[in-house]
Amino acid sequence: MTNDRKNPAPWEFGPETKAIHAGSQPDPVTGARNTPIYQTTSYVFDDVDHAADLFNLQTFGFIYSRLTNPTVSVLEERLASLENGRAAVAASSGHAAQFLTFFTLLEPGDEFIASRNLYGGSITQFGLSFKRLGWNCNFVDATDPENIRAAITPKTKGIFIEVLANPGGIILDLEAIVEVANEAHVPLIVDNTLATPYLLRPMDWGADIVLQSTTKFLSGHGTSLGGALIESGKFDWAKDDKFPTMTQPEPAYHGLTFYETFGDFGFTMKARAVGLRDFGPCLSPANAFYTITGIESLPARMDRHVNNAKAVAEFLEGHPKVSWVSYAGLASSPYNDLAKKYLPKGAGAVFTFGLQGGYEAGVKLVENVSLFSHLANIGDTRSLILHPASTTHRQLTDEQRDAAGAGEDVIRLSVGLETTDDLIHDLDQAMNRL
Amino acid sequence: MSNPPALHYDDADMAKLLRGVKTIAMVGASANWVRPSNFAMKYLLGKGYRVIPINPGQAGKEILGQMTYASLADAPGPIDMVDIFRASEAAGKSVDEALDVADEKGIQIIWMQLGVRNDEAAARAEAKGLTVIMDRCPKIEYGRLFGELGWSGVNSGIITSKRRKLG
Repeated sequence: MTNDRKNPAPWEFGPETKAIHAGSQPDPVTGARNTPIYQTTSYVFDDVDHAADLFNLQTFGFIYSRLTNPTVSVLEERLASLENGRAAVAASSGHAAQFLTFFTLLEPGDEFIASRNLYGGSITQFGLSFKRLGWNCNFVDATDPENIRAAITPKTKGIFIEVLANPGGIILDLEAIVEVANEAHVPLIVDNTLATPYLLRPMDWGADIVLQSTTKFLSGHGTSLGGALIESGKFDWAKDDKFPTMTQPEPAYHGLTFYETFGDFGFTMKARAVGLRDFGPCLSPANAFYTITGIESLPARMDRHVNNAKAVAEFLEGHPKVSWVSYAGLASSPYNDLAKKYLPKGAGAVFTFGLQGGYEAGVKLVENVSLFSHLANIGDTRSLILHPASTTHRQLTDEQRDAAGAGEDVIRLSVGLETTDDLIHDLDQAMNRL
Repeated sequence: MSNPPALHYDDADMAKLLRGVKTIAMVGASANWVRPSNFAMKYLLGKGYRVIPINPGQAGKEILGQMTYASLADAPGPIDMVDIFRASEAAGKSVDEALDVADEKGIQIIWMQLGVRNDEAAARAEAKGLTVIMDRCPKIEYGRLFGELGWSGVNSGIITSKRRKLG
């Protein structure tokens, strides 16, 4: 057998090809070219011994769709491929993928550090609901990576960030944060939902785990909830005794040691075999199918999303009723240099801006638009608009709202794929009637 | 150890090799059913390979229904491939033991498990005309090349418009 001394590295396919082909081969029996929807709960065993092998994880195969499903598997492999990761496990939502990640990583009493610039739902999940499980999150201002370093304690088991942060406009210095994580020997977990693997592959910079809410740009059409956890396979769980959930025999799985047995895909195997098995937040095969179909056009869609977003942001920046625009793709943004470094294809399509008229103007604007849809999602083909202070963030204090970038005057846009001039016209007429 | 260059093995060569092998001697096969070597052995038996466990502590007893031998020299031939479940440093000795009986048993392939790499021993085996694979698991490679590994969400790296071939 030859190795690289005599043989060049294998051909590396590009992201547009992977988006269409990774994980999906024609069906071995029928030749079906598209991925079939395997709408089945369970799978027959060859015999009792085969069943035992499957339950013991001694062979690869299907038992029950709470654990694995052939349609969902195609999505998982495609996401692992697009992120340049080793393996992925899909979940019923991005939140479920986050739960699986921290359940696999932490024990009660453990800590992790999270950037305070996160999707609001993550702040609530980490700060309140995880706390009840004994998983303690310390939020820091990660725009300065030194704040992360200062927050690390012996109990810290992970660092969680969004590089392109929801609700947009802020970009973290990924390379510097990777360095902090490596020094502390804790995995760096990146929620890559806003960027998608087309605009940014955090693992190429050294991130260990990537999370996706596939509900957003990946699925892309506002049809299907879903989430995924992807591991790079490069984190050495056995370097010290900090990660017993990976390196010690697992009592919930007859004493199996996941890292030793499955190596560089041990983390996702455990998230699946214990997390999905015992908590059940699996992705449905139908949602996996819609998401697979969505991903096939991800590169083409993202190019248009970011072009439209930039045009809309530039229009808003020049509008007299707009007090500020927070889009890292604008030359005026303090994050423009980081955007050029980490997101050279574009700074995403979700961003915020402020209205001169404050809270009242915000409420009126979302009612005045007639092409943008007033709803709480992002990453749809349709352009979406939200006034966080009166909706998603209304339960927070003024202080919390400001820290989350959701002050009274803030409007969030998720710019879709419509004709650029139509989007600008809609916002213009809505603002002229304020 | 300084970082040696990454190992690349051609998928087509690897698939041909795994299709050609009939008998595997597994050095370091464990009788403990939750150990990785026992997992790999059970999987390979299930795929139709004859697997001969080599483990001095278990010699004369059966592992997964297969008679265990203390050494490669004791094991009956022919053996196509030796799969080594030992630490990288200890793997060198296992390779030399395999080379000592390579002609007699017909050994053509030395395979060192995932995480096991010994470039000096590999060079000795290659000099004798043997094929060497290091830092890979035959179970995982079999699953990857014949379409099973992706079922667990693992990135097989395979992109093709041809029908999936089952093992």
